[in-house]
Amino acid sequence: MPLPKAVADGFTTIVGAQSVLTKPEDIIPYSFDGTAALRQMPSAVIFPHTAEDVSRCLKFAVAHALPIVTRGSGTGLSGGSVPSDGSVVLCLAHMSKILDIDPRNLVLRTQPGVTTLAIDEAASRHGLFYPPDPGSMRISSIGGNVAENSGGLRGLKYGVTRDYVMALEVVLPDGRIARFGSACVKDVAGYSMKDLFIGSEGTLGVITEILLKLVPRPLARQTMLALYERIEDAAETVSAIIAARIIPCTLEFLDQTTAICVEEFAHVGLPTDCAAVLLMETDGHPAAVADEAARMAEIARAKGARDVRLAQDEAEALALASARRNAFSALARRRPTTILEDFTVPRSELATMVTFIAETARAAGLQVGTFGHMGDGNLHPTFLTDERDTAEMARVHHALDLIAKKTLELGGTITGEHGVGLAKKAWLRQQMGDSSFEVMKQIKQVLDPTGLLNPGKIFD
Amino acid sequence: MAGATLRTIDYSVLQQCMHCGMCLPTCPTYDQTRLERNSPRGRIALMRAVADGALDVTPEFAAEMSYCLGCLACQTACPAGVNYAELFETARSDIELNGAHRGFTRRFWRAVTLGFLFMRPRALRLLGRAARVYQRIGLEAFVRRSGVLRLAPPALRRLEPQTPRIAPRFSDALIKAQEQPAAPPRYRVAMLTGCVQDLVFSDVNRDTVDVLVANGCTVDTPPVQPCCGSLHAHNGDVRRARTLARRMIDLFPPDRYDAIVSNAGGCGSHLRHYGPLLAHDARYRDRARLWDTRLRDVHEWLVEIGCRPPQASPFSGQTTITYHESCHLVHGQKVARQPRALLKLLPGVSLVELAESSWCCGAAGIYTITQPEQAERLLGRKTANVMSTGASWVATANPGCQLQVARGLDAAGADINVAHPVSLLARAYRREQSASVQ
Repeated sequence: MPLPKAVADGFTTIVGAQSVLTKPEDIIPYSFDGTAALRQMPSAVIFPHTAEDVSRCLKFAVAHALPIVTRGSGTGLSGGSVPSDGSVVLCLAHMSKILDIDPRNLVLRTQPGVTTLAIDEAASRHGLFYPPDPGSMRISSIGGNVAENSGGLRGLKYGVTRDYVMALEVVLPDGRIARFGSACVKDVAGYSMKDLFIGSEGTLGVITEILLKLVPRPLARQTMLALYERIEDAAETVSAIIAARIIPCTLEFLDQTTAICVEEFAHVGLPTDCAAVLLMETDGHPAAVADEAARMAEIARAKGARDVRLAQDEAEALALASARRNAFSALARRRPTTILEDFTVPRSELATMVTFIAETARAAGLQVGTFGHMGDGNLHPTFLTDERDTAEMARVHHALDLIAKKTLELGGTITGEHGVGLAKKAWLRQQMGDSSFEVMKQIKQVLDPTGLLNPGKIFD
Repeated sequence: MAGATLRTIDYSVLQQCMHCGMCLPTCPTYDQTRLERNSPRGRIALMRAVADGALDVTPEFAAEMSYCLGCLACQTACPAGVNYAELFETARSDIELNGAHRGFTRRFWRAVTLGFLFMRPRALRLLGRAARVYQRIGLEAFVRRSGVLRLAPPALRRLEPQTPRIAPRFSDALIKAQEQPAAPPRYRVAMLTGCVQDLVFSDVNRDTVDVLVANGCTVDTPPVQPCCGSLHAHNGDVRRARTLARRMIDLFPPDRYDAIVSNAGGCGSHLRHYGPLLAHDARYRDRARLWDTRLRDVHEWLVEIGCRPPQASPFSGQTTITYHESCHLVHGQKVARQPRALLKLLPGVSLVELAESSWCCGAAGIYTITQPEQAERLLGRKTANVMSTGASWVATANPGCQLQVARGLDAAGADINVAHPVSLLARAYRREQSASVQ
């Protein structure tokens, strides 16, 4: 559905002709995000440059009853920034300046379109560190990270995006520009409103500026690989390491299918002949790192690891971590469509969950590759299928329903770090329960009474 | 609208792109505009829309495929293993089938270059000789002073000052049809002389033969060789690309050689895929597949057979050099380690890494003609990176890159030389001999 010319002209008056796209060749590439098999055409793509632009665009959209979908780099994995049919995409990729970095207060102020990697690189120039590292960090935008409350490989020790957001500037659906939070380490003035917007998936407002907390950059790190003949042994190693009061920064798990695909792509020497690989990393003071690494290796061996290999240098460590970040996409080598999930369970339930996923897939005759942040209990079973095969897709969806049900039985969550978006909303009410689900909808109703902001995401 | 090949190719090649976005930060055009249509996944989305029948092969589609450098950085970055090169060439071929690029002048020049010059090696050399005369007798300087070029079409006007200096002699005058090492040969190889390489850098071809011979290879270099067809394939003329592939296979029966050696990144990237190109040709299919297994980039081959370290330096004093990667060598052929390994063999030379070494310099085939502004921006970025290394030489292994990087450095007034890595090796071997004579 093309945008009426008068409406397109209205946006042009606000942001300039260069920043309004309506031609099919321009907007077809905005009909998806990083989620496979979800596609929907927008009617236009608008590039605001300031919070003021965003505010005027939202007022204009409300006046013309136009649904708005905010987008950063379009790397989300739950369909959060897939346009709803005929919506206007508000793309913040051109608001891409780091505004200021303050090493005395350990904070960084940025526009939302800056990439996650650029944030960490800027921090690193001052000996500081921005830890959240989603798989797509080289291109994902920090605004998108905040909107989805993204996690990453270092979640176990360093937490997720939420743990680093100190303040936000948000344009509300009615066009008001609001600021929540401050640069103070302690701040309990009023409700913690910024937390409402973190992870709100573009349904409550448009984030136009972010104040981030930075931490000192660790002086040393050690990366290692542990190889297992049984997946359960890998899961038990994770539990044992945590029980031994070690908090490594990374405990990543790859099953054999995933390891083979990643190795085909990255050629980093990942073993492909064992049932499971754990990628472990500890960072901090050199003495502590050496001690923890030795103890982790010992625990892994005691729990049945066939072999434990230490990365020989920083380059090898980096290569291993970045290879792991490509796991999801590398799985696309096997079949045309990859359906990625984000189930998370309490860590003590990991072994049960991993086995259940494998058995469910086997029973349904489906291919699955499972990897994930084992230290967080966060698993990414990825079904390898073909969206054109409707019968197989039906089996995939049935299997996912079974896994979701099992996840909830074990006290887990349907999404650890990707968000609900379109992909996981069928299970949300079941997880939250009626009252909390209704409270959430009431909040949406208050802030966005016309329901034009990212309609159909999280809930209908 | 005429049919689109995109609608008939294996759809799973398009589906392979699950639009994760990992390609975006490595794409020079996306980096410039931050618009999705200028990104690899955006272009694939457009191709998929054509395949789905949701989009026609429009002039806008053609413009986008022309804006793509075809540098294949996305293919290195893609965890899913999408074959962008194949999709891109199919898209460009559809654009030609549908006449989506308009204009008589364009059709005329296409017919002259792809249809005539690059189909007939002798005609190309004849043009080369004419250009050489034009440059040598001072006519070039006269024409430039006279301003007569103002009458020429804009594309030609832009191109004329970029016309490379034609070599005084072409490869056939420098290289014998067969050259043999002094000691009993270890290998028999075929040497591909290329088109631009032959006209402009015939000395690089001579150097390549020298280095191969010095490493125990008998080298066959037929004096007249067809174009490999890479220009045709990259520009949507698959039919002629196939014809040329057959001619090459006829000239160099692959079962006769241990290796068929190319020293130009762009050619090599195309040359190693004759198998898929001729997959439907029952007569050539098997030889084409064998050909692919024998094809080697020269650096790859030298490292594979254990290149002999030269005993002398190519330079008189301690020299710092850096290495710029040809896109089609690093991304198209995945040859990155070997050229560096060879440069590290040179005594008296320290190799410093170039920032963004695998970022396109903007040469990209005929990109300087079709997209002059973007080509200039990329060249500026490359030149600045080269200059900040502090090196006095930059090595690169593709004639397009060699010309482009030299032009950029020249314009910036930098006193930095550009050479093919193999030329530096050849120079070192030669100085070895002169040292032993003394």
